[in-house]
Amino acid sequence: MRERYVAAIDQGTASSRCLVFDRSGRIVSVAQKEHHHIYPRPGWVEHDPEEIWRNVEEVVARALADARLEPVDLVALGIANQRETTLVWDRETGQAVHNAITWQDTRTDPIARDLISEFGQEYFRSRSGLPPSTYFSGPKLRWLLDTVPGLGTRAESGEVLFGTMDSWLIWRLTGRHLTDVTNASRTLLMNVHTLDWDDELLAAVRVPRAMLPEIRPSAEVYGEARGQLAGVPVAAALGDQQAALFGQTCFSPGDAKCTYGTGSFLLLNTGERPVMSSSGLLTTLACRIGEEPPTYALEGSIAVTGALVQWFRDNLELIGSAPEIETLARTVENNGGCYFVPAFSGLFAPHWRSDARGVIAGLTGYITKGHLARAVLEATAWQTREVVDAMIIDAGVSLSTLRVDGGMTANNLLMQFLADVLDVSVVRPNVAETVSLGAAYAAGLAVGFWPDTDALRANWHMAAQWLPDMDADQRDRGYRKWRKAVARTTDWLDEDDD
Amino acid sequence: MPGKIQSIERAAAILRLLSGRTHRLGVVDLAGELGLPKGTVHGLLRTLQSVGFVEQDSETGKYQLGAALLHMGSSYLDGNELRTRALNWSDSLASRTQEAVRIGTLHEAQVLIVHHVFRPDDSLQTLDVGSLLPAHATALGKILLAHHPYVAVELAKDRLASFTGATICDAEHLERELARVRERGWASDIGELTPAQVSLAAPIMDRTGVTVGAMGIFGPPERLLAARQPRNELLAYVREAARAVSRELGAIPW
Repeated sequence: MRERYVAAIDQGTASSRCLVFDRSGRIVSVAQKEHHHIYPRPGWVEHDPEEIWRNVEEVVARALADARLEPVDLVALGIANQRETTLVWDRETGQAVHNAITWQDTRTDPIARDLISEFGQEYFRSRSGLPPSTYFSGPKLRWLLDTVPGLGTRAESGEVLFGTMDSWLIWRLTGRHLTDVTNASRTLLMNVHTLDWDDELLAAVRVPRAMLPEIRPSAEVYGEARGQLAGVPVAAALGDQQAALFGQTCFSPGDAKCTYGTGSFLLLNTGERPVMSSSGLLTTLACRIGEEPPTYALEGSIAVTGALVQWFRDNLELIGSAPEIETLARTVENNGGCYFVPAFSGLFAPHWRSDARGVIAGLTGYITKGHLARAVLEATAWQTREVVDAMIIDAGVSLSTLRVDGGMTANNLLMQFLADVLDVSVVRPNVAETVSLGAAYAAGLAVGFWPDTDALRANWHMAAQWLPDMDADQRDRGYRKWRKAVARTTDWLDEDDD
Repeated sequence: MPGKIQSIERAAAILRLLSGRTHRLGVVDLAGELGLPKGTVHGLLRTLQSVGFVEQDSETGKYQLGAALLHMGSSYLDGNELRTRALNWSDSLASRTQEAVRIGTLHEAQVLIVHHVFRPDDSLQTLDVGSLLPAHATALGKILLAHHPYVAVELAKDRLASFTGATICDAEHLERELARVRERGWASDIGELTPAQVSLAAPIMDRTGVTVGAMGIFGPPERLLAARQPRNELLAYVREAARAVSRELGAIPW
């Protein structure tokens, strides 16, 4: 019998990728293509949905060709995607009415602020688990309805359709208009308790139901692909961070993962009930496998982690490449009393202070660039600690292990320091491609390629582990100083600042 | 002073100008600063580019110092950079061979472990990153010595420490072994550092062809050997992974 495989499409912010996995979760093939970012004005970031679709078709073809596979060798296809990025297209022609407005795009700041002043944060939080913000799809969709001539009327009649990137790809692949619960949970329009579009939220954001996709489980056969993948079941869709949580096999309440990139995303599985946060974390869907009860997560995002290392490299020019920060940091024994709070555009979870700006605290004549490099790396660990502390309070669970992935996990000094300040074991899995793996796992589960989540857990293997090795007194003193540094960032912005 | 070669002086002047700038320079800029015809400067740049001493930006057509030159200056690749670039390939090597993976660089005639991926069986293992291993008694070390013969010569001037009955302690024996390693493109240590421990390794090269590191697996003889020789399929995986990392560093495929 021929070996069978699962394919995953990771439609990310920077590129579209296709990975093929075998039954033991090993990568058989990878193809990737970057797409253009369109910046019509400062703060606006768009993607061309046709370019993305072409790239997806190309990487799928390449990934199959590289491994000498035919569609018949694939048992299923799963999709992971950049979250919240918003698109509207014509039901008849299948053509987009406007470029996709990406999650980073901040044009909807006035819309988000209006929603807060008219309804209050709690109105949205209690229903959707999210506060109104430029990140989420609802305000972006509102902007399109307000801006593209005639779109409002056409939306009412269902002539045009809304979708995030998962919906766009599923539409192109199968002709069906649907989304999964994890992506729907990032729109500000879905009720996290009922898992359906919420009439009050739709009324508040003024979005007609007729244009919305059907909300389906994350793992389920949505339909068979047409075109080059003809006959392959399209069987999963998850937002990328939720896919990473799934790929890290964080299936049980209390399991947590953090993906360390430019920014970092910590997700904690909270089980079958949504946990409402009292500390500004997001309540989101972790996944839903078929008709099983859904799994929820708390999410804490850290805006500036890898971005601070890039800033250190590009703006201070003290290192030539990002990995060299570890070399520089190791030229000194400790941070020399120096703390760096990168509140470049305010403080996010759990503080939420937009009036804050970055601070380097504890500077003395003794501080060298080595100490600064340490402070830069430690900032990522301390920010993680603050989010973990907030999660523990909100969810009432303790953390025993943090699973990590992403580029910064190559930094041993940081990973050891992270284990030290969290006082938990930090582990890196053997397959770093957790986003694609999660989408493949969900799709494989949906078609019975893997019998259950236990089989997936058995595929997870540790590539590295860092154990805490710092005495409690030192950890507490460090955290106290960090919090004092954080306190010094606030109340910086004035009314008349540009 | 007799025998000064004008074109070398001019090439040196170009390199000096490029090294002093944070931004790239074009032919016109350089010709202006040196007071030379554009054609002359262009010819010099073409030659410097062909040996990797300068690089031309494909979009602007301007020049900067080349990686080959930077390497000669430092003659080393940052170990943390190497780990970052090798991360995916070392994970997949561990997963294909089901053995632990290590990457080493030369550090004062010893092997410095810069990366370690656990054997993917979830047994209790400890990260070896930062530890030093004797070069003459490990596969990683033999690769590095084979491609840096001057280090091997220095090492063999002192007594070669013996760890097991199988350790190579004789300078001539080591020289023969390193010649074999160069010829085959891989190295093994069969119980030479620790009894009942085998390691296999292959070279990681950068774009200038310099061996900047060694990558390999280690484990018990019953898994790594067949008929007392390294298993062919494991050697193939190790060499393939090291080649993949080399390509990642810009080495010409071989």
